[in-house]
Amino acid sequence: MLSGRRLFTVALTLSAGVACSNDLENSYIFDGRSNRKILFRSQFIEFDQLIEFGMAMKVGIVVVLLAVASICEAVAIFHPISESHRSAALELFSPVAGSFSSLEEAYEALRTFEVLGIEKKPDIKDHTCNSVVDALSSMSSNSRDLYHALRVNGLLKCKTSKEALTGIISRLKDAVKDSTSLLDYYHAIGGLLLIKDQSSEVDVLLENADGILRSIKALSQSDGRWRYSSNNPESSTYAAGLAFETLSGVIQLAASAIDENLIGTLKKDIVKLFDSIEKYDDGSYYFDDKHIDVSGHQGPLSATAAVVRGLTTFASTSESLNIPEDKILGLARFFLGIGVPGNSKDLYYQIDSLSHLENNRVSVPLVLSLPATVLSLTSKDKLKVKVSTVLGSIAPPLSVKLMQVFSSGSKDASVLKQELHFDPKEAIHMLDALPEGVDIGKYVFAFEIVLSDPEDKRKFATGGRTKVPVHVTGVVKVDDAKVAVLEGDIVESEKKLDLPGKNDLALSANHLQKLHLSFLLTTPFGKPFKPHQALLKLRHETGVEHIFVVENSGRHFEITLDFLGLVEKFFYLSGQYDIELTVGDAVMENSFLQPLGSIELDLPKAPEKATQPPPQAVNPYLRYGPKAEIAHIFRAPEKRPPQEVSFAFLGLVLVPFLAFLVGLLRLGVNLKNFPTSTIPATFAILFHGGIAAVLLLYVLFWLKLDLFTTLKTLGLIGTFLMFVGHRTLSHLASASAKLKSA
Amino acid sequence: MGKSPTTKDDAQALFHSLRSAYSATPTNLKIIDLYVVFAVFTALIQVVYMAVVGSFPFNSFLSGVLSCVGTAVLAVCLRIQVNKENKEFKDLPPERAFADFVLCNLVLHLVIMNFLG
Repeated sequence: MLSGRRLFTVALTLSAGVACSNDLENSYIFDGRSNRKILFRSQFIEFDQLIEFGMAMKVGIVVVLLAVASICEAVAIFHPISESHRSAALELFSPVAGSFSSLEEAYEALRTFEVLGIEKKPDIKDHTCNSVVDALSSMSSNSRDLYHALRVNGLLKCKTSKEALTGIISRLKDAVKDSTSLLDYYHAIGGLLLIKDQSSEVDVLLENADGILRSIKALSQSDGRWRYSSNNPESSTYAAGLAFETLSGVIQLAASAIDENLIGTLKKDIVKLFDSIEKYDDGSYYFDDKHIDVSGHQGPLSATAAVVRGLTTFASTSESLNIPEDKILGLARFFLGIGVPGNSKDLYYQIDSLSHLENNRVSVPLVLSLPATVLSLTSKDKLKVKVSTVLGSIAPPLSVKLMQVFSSGSKDASVLKQELHFDPKEAIHMLDALPEGVDIGKYVFAFEIVLSDPEDKRKFATGGRTKVPVHVTGVVKVDDAKVAVLEGDIVESEKKLDLPGKNDLALSANHLQKLHLSFLLTTPFGKPFKPHQALLKLRHETGVEHIFVVENSGRHFEITLDFLGLVEKFFYLSGQYDIELTVGDAVMENSFLQPLGSIELDLPKAPEKATQPPPQAVNPYLRYGPKAEIAHIFRAPEKRPPQEVSFAFLGLVLVPFLAFLVGLLRLGVNLKNFPTSTIPATFAILFHGGIAAVLLLYVLFWLKLDLFTTLKTLGLIGTFLMFVGHRTLSHLASASAKLKSA
Repeated sequence: MGKSPTTKDDAQALFHSLRSAYSATPTNLKIIDLYVVFAVFTALIQVVYMAVVGSFPFNSFLSGVLSCVGTAVLAVCLRIQVNKENKEFKDLPPERAFADFVLCNLVLHLVIMNFLG
């Protein structure tokens, strides 16, 4: 994964200006979806955010390249394949349930692992070998399946029988004869070539090589692209790449020597394709396909990968292929500029193409990269340069010279021609001390690679002068910092500040006075320094902020706040203002954002029509935070009367009852009519008892019983009472009737 | 020989005549009247209590008052039915009326006890 230091570099390059243009900062980002580099305009980045970004050291997979306005030449860094690619390959190519979904995918994974030097797991090998053997022995496989199976077999070296291979050879040769489309030729010829590599005593040579070449050539177009078949007018660069590979295969499998003129025309076709090559500003070249090709892939990555494959395989069969070396270097830069792709297909294309470029017969590109583009003067960093092949292997003996150092803003620079000293242990070229006069700031260093062996000049592509952006950082001295409150021109109070240390001022001023802040900034070499940000911020206690830029003249920075003119800007808010000073730059190692203390401002009252200060943003934690807790208030019980009052009235209520009893006695009640004989008497007693029982039941009901039991019991007593009452009363009635008649 | 009869004399004469007429009623009717007076007085005392302490709990107050009033009403019905001078109920035996009185009272008091709370 990208190291934190490198990410900080990336962050710096994002925010830093570029050598030639100071207005806009342009950078490219590789968009994995469309396989294109898109222009990314970096916005003005808050300096505290930048510090946080650098400090957070989060790891991402986006690699940003620095690009320049079209006036200047390419300034960029390309890094060779590294550990991050290996770990990405392991992550992206993880097989599902121990085996890959198709032989094509299996080949992509295995080839990537082979190029990157990753060990294959043995169980994957077994699984895949089984599928390979199945595909090779099955009669229903077409040339495409056989081709993929043979490719995987070439990497895994599974145990296949000679008879199976011989059987396949005849099928593939028939396929070649019957082929009509480019893909048929591609798979069949490719399969035959693979068999030739995998087993020794087989006869795979093609008889009619000339004829095959001509029929494939018939599919070519005048603009360099190739069609897939004669009836399909669609053409693409991807097809051109496949065609070159097929043609080289035919040449290798030819039984008899091929006509030289034919090969010459084929070479011309390849060179013609390079007319349609496209270029990015940072020096990378690529081919783009406007149409979706047969396998569903579109975009510059697959097209360029196909062309590189075809080109290098063709170059390996015949000697002189006239491609300029800067185009080869540009193709290598294109693939390296992707960084680490996000999906397995892109990673395969990148790694496969780079491995072809590593050993190709046209010219092998050499990559110059700097492990660190940020050099610190305080820690006396040495300039280190690494030259390697695209896959990170050791380059041939060479020397690196630092030719020129451009500082930001100027196009001219002194010509240095300083040779870097080579450390064979680390395979790094080093400069022990930075050139004279290199103070802190942004520079572009121009290097040139000089190969020791003049024979190597033909074999390797060095790219002439390589320009690399370098940042030199250091500690900026802050001197003589003082703050003063001025009345007119007379200094009322002056205090010295300790910058960038802690300060705690407590000033006070009214609207007729001025606040004056000044300090000096010097670089480690004693020169004046203008930082990217020099800001003074005043924040009122309500949260309203005002920011001012501190101007400079040479080394001297100062700002005067005339409160008389600022009264309206400050919304007439008097009170305590917190002062904060920010001085920062990408190359300043001791950038600071310091609170300096506070100033008590006394401003006049706001008039009627004054503008209101902007409302402060509500703290979302407060707005959506928990609200005040509501305590449930239970219904207060009713006021009950004091117990004495209740008892008094209880007594009072019983008084009428007593009066009733007394009245009854006064009236002379008697029980003369009570039946005397036994049975009627019993019934009478039971009658009165029954009524008493009901009343008792009612009392119990009020005290503790519920309605249902009461009703049940009442029903029982009631029936009894009815019966008894009826007997009693009818007896009484008959007794009184007898009396009346008597 | 004296002045023309004043209202006070008239009231007194009326009161005396009522009193003498009342004493002629049979005893059982007087018992019932006494019972009615007792019930009404009890109701009045309950209303006074409510006026003093407030009407919480209102259901208890209602049940108390309505029990007195209800039983007074039933007693009045009994008196009507038992009164021998009442031609309408000549054929109704007084025991039957008394049985109705008892039954209705029991039902009334069941409801009252339920509402008492």
